[in-house]
Amino acid sequence: MRALLRPAQYLALAAYILFLGFPLLWLISASVKSSGELNSLSVNLLPRQWHWDNYADALDRQGLVHSAGNSLVVALVSTALVILIALPASYVLARLKGRIRAAGVGWILTSQVFPVVLVILPLFLILRTLGLADSLAGLTLVHTTYTLPFALWMLQGYVTAIPVDLEEAGAMDGAGRWTVLRRIVFPLLAPGIVATAMFSFVSSWNEFFFALVLLQSPENYTLPITLNMFIGGEGKVALGPLAAGAVLAAIPSIVFFTILRRRLTSGLMAGAVKG
Amino acid sequence: MTVAADTRAPAPAPAPRNRRTGTLARSRRREAIALVMPSLIPILVLSVAPLVMGLALAFTDARLVRHPDYGFAGVDNFTKLLGNTFFWDSLRIGLIWTVGVTVLQLAASMGLALLLNSGLRLQGLTRVLALIPWAMPPVVVAIMWQMIYSANGGPLNAVLGSVGLPGDINWLGDFSTALPAVIVVGVWVGMPQTTVTLLAGLQQIPQDLHEAASVDGAGAWRRFTAVTWPSLRPIIASITSLNFIWNFNSFSLVYVLTAGGPGGKTMVPVLFIYLEAFKNRNIGYAAAMGLVLVIIVVALLAVYLRSQFRDDRAGQGR
Repeated sequence: MRALLRPAQYLALAAYILFLGFPLLWLISASVKSSGELNSLSVNLLPRQWHWDNYADALDRQGLVHSAGNSLVVALVSTALVILIALPASYVLARLKGRIRAAGVGWILTSQVFPVVLVILPLFLILRTLGLADSLAGLTLVHTTYTLPFALWMLQGYVTAIPVDLEEAGAMDGAGRWTVLRRIVFPLLAPGIVATAMFSFVSSWNEFFFALVLLQSPENYTLPITLNMFIGGEGKVALGPLAAGAVLAAIPSIVFFTILRRRLTSGLMAGAVKG
Repeated sequence: MTVAADTRAPAPAPAPRNRRTGTLARSRRREAIALVMPSLIPILVLSVAPLVMGLALAFTDARLVRHPDYGFAGVDNFTKLLGNTFFWDSLRIGLIWTVGVTVLQLAASMGLALLLNSGLRLQGLTRVLALIPWAMPPVVVAIMWQMIYSANGGPLNAVLGSVGLPGDINWLGDFSTALPAVIVVGVWVGMPQTTVTLLAGLQQIPQDLHEAASVDGAGAWRRFTAVTWPSLRPIIASITSLNFIWNFNSFSLVYVLTAGGPGGKTMVPVLFIYLEAFKNRNIGYAAAMGLVLVIIVVALLAVYLRSQFRDDRAGQGR
């Protein structure tokens, strides 16, 4: 019985690895197969011939590079905005007690269960009234707003980890609040800020629903929207370039999340686990 | 993502004692408001206001046109909704999708977390792999799985065919297989987070509890039901509620995978509402559907959490 346990466990682990990893391997493999091989009914994990042209083809499609640029701009600007406005607020949330904190934390948690369907219709109308409906600026503001709760939560956790004594020592030396923030708090927060920024970037880069509803002109499309267009609208789908485009679109997120792994799992799950 | 109230808050700093404590408190509050304001404005304009408007729209006959001219419709939308069998169908499909994904996610993640916690090799690889689905853009995930499921040279059919099973199933296009196929993708996407959370919980269970149970002669299954599961209860309750809500509200994956097809067999409610609002242009009606949806989700969640709570109290008596 005992002797059989380990092999059985490894078998189960192998099944998990196959389930989690195989789709990704298949996508990568499809991205380097020739169209002939993709359309034939033969099924090989490794391509008979490595066909890198798909990547050139994917980049050659005007829409893809242009929309990747849009995604990059939206993700970078909304990340910068998120950090800029979440930083002071998270400090308040972490350091103050009482009603402001309770309300803030309450709202952050509620926003996790926000029914986006109910919000999206009026959101569209509000942005149209502001003249921001079919624009990258509008999408950027929406991404900023909807990443904020989680960013606030992450950042206030990092602020909480900084001992208040350090700030008091600074204040004792005659430094004002702003100097204390700039000289003591922000430098200590740097790793937390980087982690929050990466998370915010990935959220925006991956985001599909808001972009689908808010953007109408193809020149404003973000990368996920353009990729989706390639599946549906173009009649005969060029699978190779589509797979190559999908691989390219996934790279930034996977790289950032792999770096973030420790922080996301240890720091953030602490709250849920202790509950 | 994190659920419970923050228990890590530091002990309050002793307030400086001087005669002007009053003005100090007041200036701190002004300072606090100034620091919070930049976050508050976008939140009020782009998430609180739309939420309130959404509730109000549900009672109007608003349509999506350039110059909306609409009026109060009372409960008309809701009475109309009662007779809309397509909506109730989508609700049924949505519940199958949500419960299916949530339960399978929990089961699969629990298995993986237990394996990772039992000191096998390949842990590093598995952990990285387990996080990838979480990081990938939903659109890319959908494209990838369309290739896996493809009836023309898809690997799933090839494997089934090679072991003598029918290898020509159009997984996403067939009435009977579309919803299960989509559910599997949902499980794939949601597993990492659940696994990581459960793993963190497992690592907090004191080892001697297991050892004591072993000494008492408890087998693996008995140890799981007597020690592991009860210790994880609070985490399971919170992660299940959150997964339930996320899965119920998830849109992108199903939209890109099947767009609700074939024949509406994967038309989850969120997708149904999206189409009603932006294809049929009935904003008021769609908002009413959204409101009904929210009420149903909150009610189901309340029932679930209450049952958890009641069990907890009963458990304390033992």
